[in-house]
Amino acid sequence: MRATSIIYRRELGAYLRSPFAWVIAAVLLLVDGILFQGYALQGEQLSAIVLERFFYFSSGVALAAGLLLSFRLISEERQTHSLVLLNTSPVRDTEIIVGKFLAALTFLAILLLLSLYMPLLIKVRGKISGAQIMVGYLGLFLLGSAALSIGIFASSFAKNQLVAGVSALAILFVMLLLYLFAKKLDGGVREVLQELDLWWIHFQNGFMRGVLNLKDVVYYLAVTYFFLLLAVKTLEAKRWQ
Amino acid sequence: MIRASNLSKFYGGKRALGPVSFEIKDGETVGFLGLNGAGKTTALRILACDLRPSAGTIEVGGVDAVAEPHEVRKRIGFLPENPPLYTDMNIVDYLGFAGELRGMSRAEVRKRLPDVLDITALGDVSQDPIGTLSHGYRQRVGVAQAIIHQPKFLILDEPTRGLDPVQIVEMRNLIHDLKQNHTVLISSHILTEISQTCDRLLVLGRGKILGVGSEGELAAHEGEIRQITVTIRAPKNPADPYRGDAPKDKEPSAPLDPKADIVKVLNAVAGVKSVAEPYEQGGGWLFALETTQDCRADVSRAVVDAKLDLLKLDYSRSELENTFIRLVGGADASN
Repeated sequence: MRATSIIYRRELGAYLRSPFAWVIAAVLLLVDGILFQGYALQGEQLSAIVLERFFYFSSGVALAAGLLLSFRLISEERQTHSLVLLNTSPVRDTEIIVGKFLAALTFLAILLLLSLYMPLLIKVRGKISGAQIMVGYLGLFLLGSAALSIGIFASSFAKNQLVAGVSALAILFVMLLLYLFAKKLDGGVREVLQELDLWWIHFQNGFMRGVLNLKDVVYYLAVTYFFLLLAVKTLEAKRWQ
Repeated sequence: MIRASNLSKFYGGKRALGPVSFEIKDGETVGFLGLNGAGKTTALRILACDLRPSAGTIEVGGVDAVAEPHEVRKRIGFLPENPPLYTDMNIVDYLGFAGELRGMSRAEVRKRLPDVLDITALGDVSQDPIGTLSHGYRQRVGVAQAIIHQPKFLILDEPTRGLDPVQIVEMRNLIHDLKQNHTVLISSHILTEISQTCDRLLVLGRGKILGVGSEGELAAHEGEIRQITVTIRAPKNPADPYRGDAPKDKEPSAPLDPKADIVKVLNAVAGVKSVAEPYEQGGGWLFALETTQDCRADVSRAVVDAKLDLLKLDYSRSELENTFIRLVGGADASN
């Protein structure tokens, strides 16, 4: 895993140097702040409801950040030919993917932490527990992590960044709409599809309300693992093509 | 040593390479020569473990490149057609990253960096972001990343591509220096570059090896055809097919075709394989002769004996370009 650490350091450095990453962070934090002011704080509400609303739209920010930070990770390297350096070094495909993923996850965590002042404001003025905030943030982190893995997978098979971005968005939409599809079905298939949905069951009914369910954590970890594994296998397959 | 046996690569259903077999000894500088699409880049990418072959085996320094690609990658430095650069990094950081990826410690990279910057003449710009460098400098950074870990084998795919004439000379000198310490494989479709740099050539066409050997060996293999060009003054008087200033009391033998007669004279010389259709040049007729030996003396004697005015006689041994065109032309004809 030495190579993972080397790639992680390079990628994190690239994020921190990149205006693109900071612009994404700035725009998403701005949107987050506007929604907090204009939507979450509207009317007289229980502070727990305000916090729920905050996590509701912050989940959209986490998903968007996950996609925007990841869809270029491999496809850009393929377009600029720098991927050859990684491919011809004694580095496993798993190390390439994990190194890039962890760097993106770190930047996502920084972005999420920069939004922490909003729930802290609610805590100062209202009655919410620190645990509620932590659970919500764990949910955002896991949700963003799943979105990152979807973006990396799309990036691993796409020839250019545009295709990678559109593909990642398409996969994400399908994953978000599974719950609505499932409502039109009956029986076992309905339950399976509902459980596979990325947001409604596992975030809205759990983390957003400050409820920590082990199955929700396992679900997001499984989704992340699944798409990262697909990305690794796609990179491997590309060497045979 | 690099040993490839029955190496093939298919992209989908399309054959890009092979089956080809070849050996490259330690310390050699071998040129992969071929037209665009000949399979050079595919062959080099397989050797660099960037691609896996569809069939066949490849050993680099006694290690199976398909079974143990990581071991092979440690021994190889690869400069692809487009250097693999991170434009947001400066040269020192980038080379450090490349070195560490190849298994070097930070201390080893620090120790090695001055040598690499010196060899590639990048010392003056070592702190500059790669994105701000010219194409020539970027190519040098590409070479630097390929040699940072002191690999035994160095693979350079079209190293002078896109360089201006001055940069080409600099790159050629750099490759000459690298030859001292590495087994070097270079691909190019620029013949002069290959002929000036390499000990041995591997001519590829349509994914197959058309010829292997030094420039001289390849020419000899092709029958070592030489070319002599003879320029003879065109006769002024049609009555006399040969000498413009000859007495006019001599009746020519009909029908008159002075060019055909001269061709007959030249064809009769021992060693002349063929005489091409002449064309006019500088007040004379230029005849191109393909010969199997150096028969300039016999040709000039025959011309003088036939009472013709010899204006010019040029000789050229079959050069790489001719050999290459014949080899590639042969491949095209057989396909």
